[in-house]
Amino acid sequence: MIVRGLAYLGWTLRVVLADIGHATRLFWQLLMCAPSCLRRFGLVRDQMHFLGNYSLAIISVSGLFVGFVLGLQGYYTLQRYGSASALGLLVALSLVRELGPVVSALLFAGRAGTSLTAEIGLMKAGEQLSAMEMMAIDPVRRILAPRFWAGVFVMPILSAVFSAVGILGGWVVGVVMIGVDSGSFWGQMQSGVDVWQDVGNGVVKSLVFGTTVSFVALRQGFEAQPTPEGVARATTRTVVLASLSVLALDFVLTALMFTI
Amino acid sequence: MSSSFAPLVVLRDLHFAYGDRPILQGVSLEVPRGKITALMGASGGGKTTVLRLIGGQYKAQSGSLLFDGQEVSQLSHEQLYAARRRMGMLFQFGALFTDISVLDNVAFPLREHTDLPEAMVRDIVLMKLEAVGLRGARDLLPSEISGGMARRVALARAIALDPELVMYDEPFAGLDPISLGTAARLIRQLNDALGLTSIIVSHDLDETFAIADQVIVLANGRIAAQGTPEEVRQSRDPLVHQFVSAEPDGPVQFHYPATGVAQDFGVQAPRGAK
Repeated sequence: MIVRGLAYLGWTLRVVLADIGHATRLFWQLLMCAPSCLRRFGLVRDQMHFLGNYSLAIISVSGLFVGFVLGLQGYYTLQRYGSASALGLLVALSLVRELGPVVSALLFAGRAGTSLTAEIGLMKAGEQLSAMEMMAIDPVRRILAPRFWAGVFVMPILSAVFSAVGILGGWVVGVVMIGVDSGSFWGQMQSGVDVWQDVGNGVVKSLVFGTTVSFVALRQGFEAQPTPEGVARATTRTVVLASLSVLALDFVLTALMFTI
Repeated sequence: MSSSFAPLVVLRDLHFAYGDRPILQGVSLEVPRGKITALMGASGGGKTTVLRLIGGQYKAQSGSLLFDGQEVSQLSHEQLYAARRRMGMLFQFGALFTDISVLDNVAFPLREHTDLPEAMVRDIVLMKLEAVGLRGARDLLPSEISGGMARRVALARAIALDPELVMYDEPFAGLDPISLGTAARLIRQLNDALGLTSIIVSHDLDETFAIADQVIVLANGRIAAQGTPEEVRQSRDPLVHQFVSAEPDGPVQFHYPATGVAQDFGVQAPRGAK
């Protein structure tokens, strides 16, 4: 009984370690593909266009509603302390530091990450990746790497769009509908948001999230069982793993960035 | 080291297993240059595995596999990819890239491996498509063509880089009689016209025997018979005989191993009654 338990523990540990090893190796391969991606930037550009375009609508609309809610909630809270004029600052900081990178990464995982996983998984199931290998073309370099780097670079752009639309949403609710002074809304925002400390850290966050989400999505597709159930399971795992990683990493990054 | 008379592919005492399940148990064979070699045998007999081993996608547990004098399992990543450029492989269902047109599919290896101007790529692609009779289908997507056509497009793609060795994985599976004849004729024509060496993995007796120069029958991970189609047809080996005359029962049993019928259906007399 004890022996069997120990054997099971050892086996599980071995599987986990092997998994980490495989993931690290793939990640390293993707990083090493950066020069070849740069040389054929057209491939990355096409993927950026594809991934970005697909996520743009959902990200803008979500940004708008998140901005609305921030404007409303922020106003009610701030008003208690008589500082409704700081509404612009509150909305901008919340979006640029936290909600922009995090929510757009979650949406990106759901919208683009799943489509990446399904695409790669089905290419594998249709032996397309195998065929590519036999044509002496490395699928990691030709298929995975451009998508990975596109995901890394498109994430900050999407997150910027999210924040910008969100701030407009906050302005519509706070200034246009409730009647907060427009001058103090923009003025406090301008003086209170630091380019490096706030916007810069937000950009760093979204770069990290972009890396995480696209890596998780591509790996799940690449390692998927080449069957319909396998691809379905991989797609689900992409959303779960990518979302959890984004939220966990956000805490770590916030702790590192804003406590020092 | 490699002369033009030495066999292009040589397997010596090759062993391969998926986990605990042995697939190949000491296979030795030679694939002569310029000829069509057919690997035959029942499904699950390790025929496709041999192709994957030659292409370096799997690694054998023991034994040696030479491609043009090079030990495939010892090649570095770069050397393996260089060797693969001299091979073409036709997958069972074509494995075309579904998001690009027929022309782009055939052009794919050319664009990846060469710096040829686009006009020349187009000309080469149209020549390859002409060879398989599909020049007119260049603008169609893989979803818009039939299974037989897809396999011919894949063939055009496999020969796009003018390989020395072309491997066909079940080229006849699931084709209608017309496409079947077309495919067989194409394989023979291309082999002779382009001076290729071909390996066909198949279990379609008639078509394969009609075009192959050498037939190798694999059974239970070993070679059961080897020779010209006529010699294999005459083989006295019970297993080969069962295969070439398509008998349902024989050394390859109709029934998957199971416990006794009586026990499974509960018709055995109760214990103690005997």
